[in-house]
Amino acid sequence: MIPREFEYHAPKSVQDALGLLAQLGDEAKLLAGGHSLLPMMKMRFAQPGHLIDLGRIAELKGIREENGTIRVGAMTTENELIWSKLLQDKCPLLVEGARLISDPQVRYKGTIGGDISHGDPGNDHPALMLALGASFVLRSAAGERVVPADGFFVGTYDTLMKPDEIMTEIRIPVPAPGTGYCYAKLKRKVGDFATAAAAVTLRIRGGAVQDVAIALTNVGPTPLKARAAEDSLRGKPLSDASIVAAAGLAMNICDPAADQRGDAEYKTAMAGEMTQRALHTARERAGR
Amino acid sequence: MATKQAVSFKLNGKAVDVVVEPRELLIHTLRERLQHTGPHIGCETTHCGACTVDLDGMSVKSCTVLTVQCQDSEMLTIEGFEQGGALHALQESFHEQHGLQCGFCTPGMITRAYRLLKENPNPSEEEIRYWMAGNLCRCTGYQNIVKAVQHAAKKLAAAAA
Amino acid sequence: MAASTDTLERESKLQGLGSSRLRKEDARFIRGRGTYVDDIKLPGMLFGAMVRSPYAHARIKSIDKSKALAVPGVVAVLTADDLKPVKLHWMPTLGGDVQAVLADKKVCFQMQEVAMVIAGDRYSAADGAELVEVDYEELPAIVDPHKSMTPDAPIIREDIADKDNVGHGPRTHPNHIFTWEAGDKAGVDATFAGAEVTVREEILNPRVHPCPLETCGCVASFDKPTGQLTVYLTSQAPHLVRTVVAMLSGIPESKIRIVGGDIGGGFGNKVPVYPGYVVAIVASIVTGVPIKWIESRIDNISTTGFARDYHGVGELAADKDGRIKALRFTALADHGAFNSHVSATKLPAGLFSICTGSYAIPKAYARVDAVYTNKAPGGVAYRCSLRVTEAVYLIERMIDVLAQKLGLDKAEIRRRNFVKAEQFPYTTALGWTLDSGNYHGALDKVLKAVDYDGLRKEQAEKRARGELMGIGISTFTEIVGAGPTKVCDILGIGLFDSCDIRVNPTGSAIARLGTMSQGQGHATTYAQIIATELGLSSDEIQIEEGDTDKAPYGAGTWGSRSTPVGGAAAAMAARKIRAKAQKIAAHLLEVGEGDLEWEVDRFKVKGNPSQAKTMKDIAMAAHTSNLPDGMEKGLDATEYYDPPNMTFPFGAYVCVVDIDRHTGEPKVRRFYALDDCGTRINPMIIEGQIHGGLTEAFAVAFGQAIPFDENGNHLGNSLMDYFLPTAVETPHWETDHTVTPSPHHPIGAKGVAESPHVGGIPCFSNAVVDAFAHLGVTHMDMPHTSYRVWQQCKALGLNER
Repeated sequence: MIPREFEYHAPKSVQDALGLLAQLGDEAKLLAGGHSLLPMMKMRFAQPGHLIDLGRIAELKGIREENGTIRVGAMTTENELIWSKLLQDKCPLLVEGARLISDPQVRYKGTIGGDISHGDPGNDHPALMLALGASFVLRSAAGERVVPADGFFVGTYDTLMKPDEIMTEIRIPVPAPGTGYCYAKLKRKVGDFATAAAAVTLRIRGGAVQDVAIALTNVGPTPLKARAAEDSLRGKPLSDASIVAAAGLAMNICDPAADQRGDAEYKTAMAGEMTQRALHTARERAGR
Repeated sequence: MATKQAVSFKLNGKAVDVVVEPRELLIHTLRERLQHTGPHIGCETTHCGACTVDLDGMSVKSCTVLTVQCQDSEMLTIEGFEQGGALHALQESFHEQHGLQCGFCTPGMITRAYRLLKENPNPSEEEIRYWMAGNLCRCTGYQNIVKAVQHAAKKLAAAAA
Repeated sequence: MAASTDTLERESKLQGLGSSRLRKEDARFIRGRGTYVDDIKLPGMLFGAMVRSPYAHARIKSIDKSKALAVPGVVAVLTADDLKPVKLHWMPTLGGDVQAVLADKKVCFQMQEVAMVIAGDRYSAADGAELVEVDYEELPAIVDPHKSMTPDAPIIREDIADKDNVGHGPRTHPNHIFTWEAGDKAGVDATFAGAEVTVREEILNPRVHPCPLETCGCVASFDKPTGQLTVYLTSQAPHLVRTVVAMLSGIPESKIRIVGGDIGGGFGNKVPVYPGYVVAIVASIVTGVPIKWIESRIDNISTTGFARDYHGVGELAADKDGRIKALRFTALADHGAFNSHVSATKLPAGLFSICTGSYAIPKAYARVDAVYTNKAPGGVAYRCSLRVTEAVYLIERMIDVLAQKLGLDKAEIRRRNFVKAEQFPYTTALGWTLDSGNYHGALDKVLKAVDYDGLRKEQAEKRARGELMGIGISTFTEIVGAGPTKVCDILGIGLFDSCDIRVNPTGSAIARLGTMSQGQGHATTYAQIIATELGLSSDEIQIEEGDTDKAPYGAGTWGSRSTPVGGAAAAMAARKIRAKAQKIAAHLLEVGEGDLEWEVDRFKVKGNPSQAKTMKDIAMAAHTSNLPDGMEKGLDATEYYDPPNMTFPFGAYVCVVDIDRHTGEPKVRRFYALDDCGTRINPMIIEGQIHGGLTEAFAVAFGQAIPFDENGNHLGNSLMDYFLPTAVETPHWETDHTVTPSPHHPIGAKGVAESPHVGGIPCFSNAVVDAFAHLGVTHMDMPHTSYRVWQQCKALGLNER
């Protein structure tokens, strides 16, 4: 449980970090909170020659609202999300999700940007980002681009982020007042990844679903956006029956890998169950 | 061999300088170089919390922190709790409420509870269980640990009043 | 006559028996000043890292050390071939078998020890271990013990293939270890044939691991000039380890010192002697410098000291009223690749024959067949006496199965079968003499406390609504305190224990015992026993254990034997001192011994209480010239206590569980535990032990298992998968007690720490099964994870909305 040797770099600015990334190429890995990468290095599953620690870059921290968008610095930790008054008031789904991630100590170190860019379908932020319609700011020496969460997750540990890019910011459109939300997560114990989880945002106007987003954690090679389930609910009143039907559609897109948490059948069923629960809770929380 | 780096930080109020390989884990620096053997190694996979130390106001598992990441930081370990011969309220309370048995998880538990009470001076049982869930104990079943943290909260409140 | 205020005050000042005295151990632990083995640092110390097999069964064709030896800091790489010249490549196990210290030509389980890299620190050792190149030829592995003895099964242990006996009777197959049986088979068969009702169930106790928070490890230090070997070691039984090391190494036992130090939990994991210890010792002998070996958590779960893996079949025969007439329990025991099962020599299946439980069962037969598989060796007692959890689990599950078959209430069927209070001492059909008990009283107290009738009513209402609520009962009897040397020995050494007390002139004392605390609080509780016996303050009685150079010989702490055996030794040694003190007091007071009576802390002259000598006075006198003629100076005594019988703690537990039929999540809503451990030494510590034991029972029942694939690869050996509950998952515990002293123990105490584990596991399982009982379910194997419980829901169509 000892990592192999590597060189360590602690740039003070994104610019310096990008410079190092360009110079060191494939040999380098970005170190955010380290609670996914360092364990993999200790198991010697990952063996980068260089670590570029983003922990000293002040510009990557912080949560603020600007013109209807919440901007979260990529190196903002889970506990900072949980304790953010702004998020509690305007984006409680992110707070609810962060509270269900790992354990207190990990939440002091684990960052939203690290969680997203790792590309692990077991991580919770990807589905939350899909449900919130977030987008990610990726910067390289060549410049900056903003990519939507939807489409960002390409495969297991594989995202649209290029090796010369750093995720600097997460942008979340402030959910409209009255948006119902829920992150329903089934896990074996504190510290575990989800057996299955569902993130939902829901707007109801005039008795019908105005908009809904459903995203699933850890039931496929990537987080999954349950489009057919969303489509089945839009424009119609939300009933117990339509929730069951939507959950069925969500289950159709699941393709989980069997492990000690359960086989594919169970995980798929739990994705449906979590979808139902998240929709029910979101309905209770939604303004009419 | 990778380039060794000089790292300076404050450990329990005292300035410390070490020269380490980048891969050296904080728990090993504390235990092997600095003779602070209070924090323990229980799992090495960031699950058990026996290695918990307080780093710049955060409870962290020092088996998953590189020492080189700690430049200029302030660190508190169990060795820093007793001040001028007086035990910290948490140390007293763990003793008085029988919140420990084999003692292996205790330094991590107390260190974690310290930060919890800084953030929430009067936690409910449910809050204590939730915010202490990064620390495993195999002996006590946690019930007396919860009592100990609540007891310490009362002591600290009384002392502040 | 009521005790005077003065007497009571003096008594309470002693903080003796029955006092919830705060723990003496805590002072160092709360300051982070414990001395666990990994805290030991000796000058020149090197660090060992183990190279382990990736395969469950393979031949080793070659080992290439060259790349590892080239790593800066690496000093040596040891393999079986290096240990051969000193004949230390194999070692005896505590189960009568031998075990490869480092794999000799083949590996028999995944993660088996193949080589140790010795280096200057753990970083270079890890680098070296990664670079040891081992060429393997993979062989077919046996994972399912039911397939171990098929005619075409691969032979796991070629080293003993032609032996017809490995310590416990004839073998019938190269993968067979032993068959053990007890009881009247013919009589049982006849009763079953004529019985009004019989029930049968296949019941698994899955492979689990005790997983103390501290892993195993040692620092071995051989001093070449003196030939002295000192080993700091995580051992629950340091004296036994010293004997094994002496037998192995040829070093005189007098030149071996084993130091237990502080131990970060044991729970059975730290009883055996492991290859890592032996290689570290050899490495120290070879290099002449101290060697530290500390296992990782993954190594710990994968290789040292698994527990259980008993594949049982339970059968009961009864009359229509639910009175049990006969019991037939068998088990197929998976012992892994080497039989390092911790067992007394004459008891290869441990104390499995306690399986008649708390019930008066006229006829019983038990049989255990042990086999080799390509899994790690072990078979330790995980917070229980040897194989007691397995036995109690079977009877406590089977009595529920019988109740269901007959439509009887699960509390009522227990009442009908309990050994009655007036029947004690009661000898069971399998030969154990239960020392004392009041089973009816305990169960009735618990049922009243939880409003059992109200719970059953609530359950009926919930069932009508399609909800799943289960009520589990466990009325267990434990067997602890191994044990009488005529029955119990390990490697020929009887399982007595010892206490050596020395009283100082000023009336303080030091006591040393052969047991070894791993968190139980011995330094606190032994002092309380001695305080009450001697009338000296427990605060002035120092307790030492675990250093074989200091403590008298004893078999250590496991199987809840510290109080029944070590505690008895402490009381008896103290009584020897008090007997001498009485003689001194009589001499000082110029009266006959018979004219004196003992009161709290002094001998006083009957009828003239102002004439008295306190134990402190006597302690000083014992070191002066003013002693009876011919009496030796000093006030010391040693006791080697050989218990006349085991002790039999018991309890009655009730658990209420709600099950989410859509996710399968079981939620323990309530757990009420009444324990009777006889005389209670320190109620605070007892309660703490019960909290801990219940939590470990909860972990076993609801999540712990060591899973393998069909090739013998581990599927979950880190704390990601292996379930150690956090404060969030752990239920709240309610505790209660009755007191039925042991008639044969000097202070009537029985031992307690294992009861909650042994009695808790079936209680949880009974609750989970009870939730489905109305639907015809009679048994569900552990662990009751959400996934597995959901599968049960699904099989019954309950998961649908």
